[in-house]
Amino acid sequence: MKKTIQFTFNNKPTTLEVEDNQTLLWVIRTSLNMTGTKYGCGFGHCGSCTVLVDKEPTRTCLTMADFVEGKNVLTIEGLARNGELHPVQKAFVEHDALQCGFCTPGMIVNAIGLLYRNPEPTRQEIIDGMHENLCRCGSYGRILDAIQSASKEMKGGKWL
Amino acid sequence: MKEARINELYFRDFDKPLSRDRRDFLKKLGNGIIIIFSIGELGILNGCSFGKGGEEDDFNAYLRIKEDGRVDCFTGKIEMGQGVITSIAQVLAEELDVPLSQVDMIMGDTEICPYDAGTWGSMTTRFFDPVLRAAAAEARMVLIELAAEHLKVDKEQLKAAEGVVFLTSDPKKKVDYATLTKGKKIVRKPSGEAHQKTPDEFRIIGKPVISLDAEIKVRGVAKYSGDIRLPGMKYARIKRPPSHGSKLVSMDGSAIEGMEGVELFQDGDFIFVLHDNPENAGQAIARVKAEWEVPESKANDQTIFDYIKKTATDAEVFEEGGNLETGRSQADVVVEEEYFDGYKAHASIETHTATAEFKDGKLTMWASSQTPFGTRQAISDTFKIPLDKVHMKQIFLGGGFGGKIYNQQAIEAARIAIMTQKPVQLIWTRQEEFMYDMFRSAAVMKAMSGVDKNGKMTMWEYDIYCAGSRGCNLFYEVPNNRTRTLNKEGLHPFGTGAWRAPGNSTTTFARESHIDITAHRAGIDPVEFRLNNMKEPRMKRTLELAAKTFGWEPGVTPSGRGVGVALGFDAGTYVAIIAQVEVDKNTGKVQPVRIVCAQDMGQVVNPHGAAIQTEGGITMGLGYALSEDVVFDWGKVNTSNFDDYEITRFATTPVIEAVFIDDMNSAPQGGGEPAIICVGGAIANAVFDACGARVFQVPITPERILAALEI
Ligand code: FES
Ligand code: FES
Repeated sequence: MKKTIQFTFNNKPTTLEVEDNQTLLWVIRTSLNMTGTKYGCGFGHCGSCTVLVDKEPTRTCLTMADFVEGKNVLTIEGLARNGELHPVQKAFVEHDALQCGFCTPGMIVNAIGLLYRNPEPTRQEIIDGMHENLCRCGSYGRILDAIQSASKEMKGGKWL
Repeated sequence: MKEARINELYFRDFDKPLSRDRRDFLKKLGNGIIIIFSIGELGILNGCSFGKGGEEDDFNAYLRIKEDGRVDCFTGKIEMGQGVITSIAQVLAEELDVPLSQVDMIMGDTEICPYDAGTWGSMTTRFFDPVLRAAAAEARMVLIELAAEHLKVDKEQLKAAEGVVFLTSDPKKKVDYATLTKGKKIVRKPSGEAHQKTPDEFRIIGKPVISLDAEIKVRGVAKYSGDIRLPGMKYARIKRPPSHGSKLVSMDGSAIEGMEGVELFQDGDFIFVLHDNPENAGQAIARVKAEWEVPESKANDQTIFDYIKKTATDAEVFEEGGNLETGRSQADVVVEEEYFDGYKAHASIETHTATAEFKDGKLTMWASSQTPFGTRQAISDTFKIPLDKVHMKQIFLGGGFGGKIYNQQAIEAARIAIMTQKPVQLIWTRQEEFMYDMFRSAAVMKAMSGVDKNGKMTMWEYDIYCAGSRGCNLFYEVPNNRTRTLNKEGLHPFGTGAWRAPGNSTTTFARESHIDITAHRAGIDPVEFRLNNMKEPRMKRTLELAAKTFGWEPGVTPSGRGVGVALGFDAGTYVAIIAQVEVDKNTGKVQPVRIVCAQDMGQVVNPHGAAIQTEGGITMGLGYALSEDVVFDWGKVNTSNFDDYEITRFATTPVIEAVFIDDMNSAPQGGGEPAIICVGGAIANAVFDACGARVFQVPITPERILAALEI
């Protein structure tokens, strides 16, 4: 069944017709044509499809599209402000915390969600908070460094 | 020299008349200074072009300086995370004397990039870079000639730097590349006369730089195959059999009748649906009923090793010296063991994907492929389309590791596009990815070693079933030795293929485990034992660097410290890894704590990139060492997603230190693969050192450790 939903998508009010059996992942990737959010497994195991829904990291492959009715959805494309990278994005670049880049959007979004909840996490807390995000290229060590340095950068809450 | 004159010279230089296609090709490239050459003539690329003659490897453009002074670098290589987009640009910027930011990388486009056999085997640095350097040096020479004319001075008085040619005696007298290139079309082949820089002249090669593609990747705008959108594009899903080798008995598509927008197609066993929406396509294909005849099972993940030993009977001697009997009689201690490795998946986070359009007899495709030219050939052969009517476009890959050398998805997407005459996208599900992956082969290794009273090895006998011989030249000094490979065509129930440093992780695990056991039996420290029996000086200095960096203290295993060493050789590079682990004796759980990896890879073009590749390889390697295993019953692959195929996670990743033997004067060697080969062996040896559990099979799971402890 089709229904119309309204929500904020990357800071813009959005109205969209969706099927009630459609997941948020494919609505974002097809109807909204934002392809930074990736399909990696479809069952919630890899984290590459993560976006923020009301600041909560959310696996879009497991989330029905109509769940975001009235909510605020932010994808990797919506993080930069006036073209300036988010501190977590910047830290990923500076620490070269990516190789193929396929897991990267999910990693960055999940990290930002983690920093919302816990602005100054310890290394162990980052490891725990990122546990369900997979990177086959093996960038984990650099991702940890990047998140730690971004958390320092973000002290004072400018971007939170 | 006038432009017309240079062009005239060039055309005279050219050994064969240009065919129309070539003119067409040059027209496509537009104006500027273009450096071309034939691979056959230079012979440098022979290692990675399959040596096929004719047009394919006859005529290639490597770079073009555009009229705005920016430089296009053309390469048939693709970027899948190994960083060649950056390292190749560095090489070009260095030799051409332009800022790195002025280089645009054009990769893997089969219409404009040089023919390339594929991005694998750690060959880019070894085989592509030298050609590109020659081309860039030639271009710089052309620019200096043009500048001499422009500034009306002798070319000997000029120098180039940062995209500008200037008078050495008066740097204010200068002209930039854009000005020199404006309105010109100059095509040149390398004359071999251009000066190439020596390592002491390098300003860019060897300097750490941030990856050129990092920013677009963190913004989420880098395009992968599945991110392409074509007008009217449909998403395809294919009906898969339950098992490899199945035959279709019957198909019933009645359940999807009335599903809006779904189209069902069948061509023999090939059944698929199309829809505007990928999820609807998925729901539809699930409702299509099909019955299959499934082949009888001959082995599963438990029984495969016996099956391999029984079946792989085609033996070939790989290396041999002395006499094994003599070696055995001289030995004080003889050690004989068997080692096992199950099938491993590539498990890139991006699944195999292809987007294809068939229009006016021409197929255009964006495919996640490590071999765009090979894919083009395969499509041309399969569908009888002329080569120049198949166009593979540039795209990023979400990981490859050897798994995207094979392009079943591209053939499938081409078939669908041609059959339906519609633009289509085919994204394999994670389950399809596990089913149709070309796995790293399961393997058995039988090793026998002998050591005398002085701790010298007297014999080494090594039989490798199904893992090949890559990196298996013995770097230990053993007078009596024999290494054999044993195989049988068609042995495996499904496809197997190249997995990051093919076979070498498997054989290195077995050899280095066995060397450790031998050292243990001889009561000698494992590092000392290896140094004592070392033939290869470069391997020796690599081990010494690893031991020094790690702070290795001699001891006899198991020392309880949880430290282990392994050595290996791959793609021209010597690797030594020392690992430290903690083992929980109650649960068998292993926590890697620290890994030091020393490598001698000759000249390190991009040390920063090499460190990243090394860390990546080691992290990936911990997966096969500790947890990855494909579960199957003959052609039925039961592993289907990341919840039953455990790859390395954040928590498993230890502190990793990558160090390199600094050797700017020797040829650069492979960097993307070698580190991974030593991970299994080093972890196995560290586990033994920690708790005395010797595990003869990777992955070294908690169950296997507990079982070994009970013995
Ligand atoms: S695609 Fe959603 S978690 Fe993997
Ligand atoms: S960078 Fe390739 S999967 Fe993480």
